[in-house]
Amino acid sequence: MSVTSPPKHRSEIPEPRFGFWRRSYAMVVKEFIQLRRDRVSFAMIVIIPVMQLLLFGFAINTTPRNLPTAVLLQEDSDLARSILKALENTSYFHFTREVHDVAEFDDLLTSGKVLFGVEIPRGFERAVRRGDYPALLVAADATDPVAAGSAMSALGVVVQTALAHDLFAGDPPSLPFEIRAHARYNPAASSRLNIVPGLVGTILTMTMLIFTALSVTREVERGTMESLLSMPIKPVEIMFGKILPYVLVGFIQAALIIGIGVLLFGVPVRGSLVMLTLLSTLFITANLSIGYTFSTIVQNQLQAMQLSMMFFLPSILLSGFMFPFMGMPVWAQYIGEGLPLTHYLRIVRAIMLKGATLHNLEYDSLALLALMVLAMTIAVTRFRRTLD
Amino acid sequence: MTAMPASTSDIAIDVRGLSKSFDGREVVHDLSMQVKRGTIYGFLGPNGSGKTTTIRMLCGLLTPDSGEGRCLGYDIRRDADKIKRQVGYMTQRFSLYQDLSVRENLEFVARLYGMRDAHGAAREMIRRLGLSGREEQLAGELSGGWKQRLALGTCTLPNPQLLLLDEPTAGVDPKARRDFWNEIHALAAGGLTVLVSTHYMDEAERCHEIAYIAYGYLLAHGTVEEVIAKSALSTYTVTGDDLHALQDQLTGKPGVDMVAPFGTSLHVSGRDRAALDATIAPWREHRELHWQHGEPSLEDVFIELMTRSKDNFQ
Repeated sequence: MSVTSPPKHRSEIPEPRFGFWRRSYAMVVKEFIQLRRDRVSFAMIVIIPVMQLLLFGFAINTTPRNLPTAVLLQEDSDLARSILKALENTSYFHFTREVHDVAEFDDLLTSGKVLFGVEIPRGFERAVRRGDYPALLVAADATDPVAAGSAMSALGVVVQTALAHDLFAGDPPSLPFEIRAHARYNPAASSRLNIVPGLVGTILTMTMLIFTALSVTREVERGTMESLLSMPIKPVEIMFGKILPYVLVGFIQAALIIGIGVLLFGVPVRGSLVMLTLLSTLFITANLSIGYTFSTIVQNQLQAMQLSMMFFLPSILLSGFMFPFMGMPVWAQYIGEGLPLTHYLRIVRAIMLKGATLHNLEYDSLALLALMVLAMTIAVTRFRRTLD
Repeated sequence: MTAMPASTSDIAIDVRGLSKSFDGREVVHDLSMQVKRGTIYGFLGPNGSGKTTTIRMLCGLLTPDSGEGRCLGYDIRRDADKIKRQVGYMTQRFSLYQDLSVRENLEFVARLYGMRDAHGAAREMIRRLGLSGREEQLAGELSGGWKQRLALGTCTLPNPQLLLLDEPTAGVDPKARRDFWNEIHALAAGGLTVLVSTHYMDEAERCHEIAYIAYGYLLAHGTVEEVIAKSALSTYTVTGDDLHALQDQLTGKPGVDMVAPFGTSLHVSGRDRAALDATIAPWREHRELHWQHGEPSLEDVFIELMTRSKDNFQ
């Protein structure tokens, strides 16, 4: 500014000693400060491992017991009751339903309400006494080979030992009747048949959640939210606008996975393709709504990813995708019922492997619908219409 | 329909006692202002003075803690949705979609406002903005000046009645600024009301009326001449050698409220003319220094207002 005084000479800044360490240290300090400020990230450091540990430790059981079983008792005899008692004593079976005809029996298995069905035919006791070697039918829902497997393999031996005490004082050479185990839907116990339909749900959960979880935070971070909010558009309209394109994306994904499953892995689609399409769309929309809800809760894209992870983990572990749902303790099953993937897994497995109809899947379809509406309601009420 | 359509009144913005706090810190304090239709109203003040917050309260993006008022005849608390339909808001930060092209951004806004021929409206705006040939370029790849033109085009596209421009010319070169202001004046001539916040004094002088806000307080308003006259500030312009030393010597002396270098001259101002004259008397004898009494510039007035308000409010 001054015209007369000569410009002062400033000395050159030297390279500091231990420059590498000083600059790295500066960076480390900055990162720690930022990490500490980001409360959600900080919480995730603790929550994710603890959650995984608890779920794996307490909720997951690959040799499940007390599996829900339906009984079709065609005759009420001492022998029949003894056999049922013996079955229950194996601790694998838990009789939850008593049915009166074969149709009801099949229905329960198809809808997944029970995992096993035991049928004692009419004239069973008499046939045993006559030495006719009659058959006792144990039908298993073998879509998940892990869930049914241990009970099925234990069947012959365990029943024999249990019955030996009841029926015969001594040690009989063998049972006077046949236990005809029938692994339904997946007789070869191919885990592929179970996993491929399950993957449809798992992959869709992962991708759909992340697509929408990032959507609102991205607008906020890029600064476009401010101008969007200043224009005449309502929260519901923003939500629909953000969800609908991804319904199509999810739909293509689902078609891709199912197509590959059928063509490459030989997984059947025994039920109606239309029903599968409709219910898959419902599931896709439910996940997109949940992702969108996350994006109205979190502050930035990193948090959105973390929250999605936090939702994805229990979805995989507690839905019955990786481990048998029926084998989990009741509290874990309740959590599982709150996850869309649980219901969709039942739906997709039932339609593809069991040929189920909507009638069998009423409960799970309604549950999906309810979860979707709940998520959308939260999203619309949580959406900040102002920058307050 | 609750409110009377605004066209019956010639006041576009009429707010009283607006206050807003964030985390217990009051950003806008008891602000009242009136803006006539078809005028360009300049909103001046230092960074963090509450300009952006005020603009956001006017268009319903923020809810005032207290105070009330009307914007285009609609209640700013209850009718935010109706206000949004009539207002074009250009944010301080570029807030168009960087990954959409010029045309796609314009069409998006046209559709949001329910314009019948979104494609045609966008094409017409591209032509008006002189962006023909660039319509397929991504908005994020435009230069600063073009981004700003596009942003202005986007918020005028739905033919709003009121434009709220938050520091629209920050970081834009002088030629683009001049074009921008010509455009603003043309729009105002067509009946559009414009509220524009700025740091630039030359831009303030292009406004029909101005308001000066600092630390959340509206300190002065009126035409530029009125604001200067009301300040009652006496200003001397000094030229000569070693003005830097002179500045150090005069700062804080009785009667000297402000000393500020302007290029090769120094502005010395005070509200109390007599005290100022008494203080500077010894320096007026210097032969190397040339003193001239004159009108304070708008900047002198604002900086004086700002330093004074700092003493009062902080």
